[in-house]
Amino acid sequence: MAPFPLDLFKTLGPWAYLYFLAVGFAFGYILEISGFTESPILAAQFYLKDFRVLKVMFGAIVTASILIFSAVQLGLLDYNAIWVNLTYLWPMVLGGFIMGIGFILGGFCPGTSMVAAASGRIDGVFFALGVVFGVGLFGFLEPRFQNFWFDSYYGRLTLFDLFHTTPGVIVFLVVLMALVAFALGEVAERHFGRKTERKPAWRYAAGGIALLAGLVLAFTSPRTPMEKWERMAPQMQPLLTERKVYVHPGEVLDTLANDKLRTVLIDVRSERDYNLFHLKGAWHVPLEEIPAVIPKLLDMTNAPNVVIIVMSNDEALATQAWKMLVASNVPNVYILEGGINHWLDYFAEEDGEAIQPLQVPAGAQEVLRWDFEYALGDGYKAAFPEAHKYQGKIPYTPKIELKLKRGPTSGGCG
Amino acid sequence: MTVHEQALARPKTQAQAKTQAQSKAKPYVNGYLGGILLGLLLFLTFFLSGNGLGASGGVNHLLAWVLDLIAPRFVETHPYWARYAGGTLRAWDNWVVFMVFGLLIGGFVSSKIHGRWQVATNKGPKLSARTRWLLAFLGGTLMGYGARLARGCTSGQALSGGAVLAAGSWAFMLALFAGAYLFAYFFRDLWN
Repeated sequence: MAPFPLDLFKTLGPWAYLYFLAVGFAFGYILEISGFTESPILAAQFYLKDFRVLKVMFGAIVTASILIFSAVQLGLLDYNAIWVNLTYLWPMVLGGFIMGIGFILGGFCPGTSMVAAASGRIDGVFFALGVVFGVGLFGFLEPRFQNFWFDSYYGRLTLFDLFHTTPGVIVFLVVLMALVAFALGEVAERHFGRKTERKPAWRYAAGGIALLAGLVLAFTSPRTPMEKWERMAPQMQPLLTERKVYVHPGEVLDTLANDKLRTVLIDVRSERDYNLFHLKGAWHVPLEEIPAVIPKLLDMTNAPNVVIIVMSNDEALATQAWKMLVASNVPNVYILEGGINHWLDYFAEEDGEAIQPLQVPAGAQEVLRWDFEYALGDGYKAAFPEAHKYQGKIPYTPKIELKLKRGPTSGGCG
Repeated sequence: MTVHEQALARPKTQAQAKTQAQSKAKPYVNGYLGGILLGLLLFLTFFLSGNGLGASGGVNHLLAWVLDLIAPRFVETHPYWARYAGGTLRAWDNWVVFMVFGLLIGGFVSSKIHGRWQVATNKGPKLSARTRWLLAFLGGTLMGYGARLARGCTSGQALSGGAVLAAGSWAFMLALFAGAYLFAYFFRDLWN
């Protein structure tokens, strides 16, 4: 498992507050030395006179994304354990647009206005007070716009998932876009700008390094979930060999009936088997599609009461899926013990004649050992047995233990 | 002299102080260098704690905390505020609050070290200080409102979300620049 990020509040205890204070200090310091306390400089961005805002913002994004995805590629940083802003498309677009108007009207953004206020700028003080007022206003009006505020939700959507490519390719494109924007900005500064600062020659070298790093990232393929598993197998394999994550059908039934838990069932079998019979509410995700649903599962498991149970006809395929999910930082994943076949050992009787045992060749793996009258999917009673009927009648050793997800479950904006 | 007149007189007296202060003030660093430094910090925060930077979230938490102090019943009955300060939740007990305090201290220290600390109102040449204050407040209001609507400001959304390639953060960033460029023309007299 990638050693970073750390769970700072666990490792540092209350000292973590000091860490965040220090980060904030550096943040304020850098904004101040970059000149972000001077509103006319910030506003000049939008009259094409001074591209400081673009240089600092885009420069920071390029630098950080190259380093972040390089660290991920080197196996030092777990991308799935860092906070990626969730996408609520239209609220974000409208909010961004409103902020753009606020920017050109007021000459700051919230962070820079605080730094400006701290360095004595009265316009910064008024702007910061306005921010407090605006935040409050939103809080008071939120009940009226709640539907919109939660509209167009896409969860943990990234640019590379959106365009079906690798993070490296996107980083490369971002670098390219930034360099073009910087070049155009410098042209504009020469035309419209007042006396602008002397531009250092090292910026060409920095641009070259960024481009090269972007290219390298674009041509390296990211680790697949299975490759990640191989790296962490030595520590995690005991969970499988000691059967700590194989959950008895009886416990699955009780878990489903537990209102305090949200149980996500993932069925990795073939479409044919899924159509014949599956547990009620089970989500059909064939093994090869597991990597694609990982962002969704990471998003769901921000809530601390989610249990994920993967299942196949026996255990082999479900175990593969378990490995991929666990290696991808999805918490609280378990496997249905003995698979659907074992589930039906207990619950097939619910449907009488309609579900019959089937003779399969000895040693056959991942084959459905049951015969169904019709392909009813979850239309059988065995797909959702009533838990109270079985209360205490199926003995099992409880294995499900809820653990908190590694990494932050909210951003700086929640 | 009333307080109001004193407030208006302040920029005048500062105008003299300004020339004095400016001679001592060190120039700002190059924009590219600022960007690289900010990028290094952003990377470091993601690498160590898994979180990026934030500012407006801290304002929100602090506001919820103050509301909880003066009107706890109101907070309990309004889901938006209860989310931050309801029940036993301590709204100040969040990393972004500490980041905001650090931000203020860092800005103060840097401006003092570099001789740039100065009580002054920056504005376009055509504006009076009073109009500038009013517009700054209005702009701040739009920014604060928009930041909550978009679930993050330039730091938490554009910088942090942008660096980890969050799709919504990039849409946000484009919308912000679009808004500012579109309205720049109408507000040109404020700055030029």
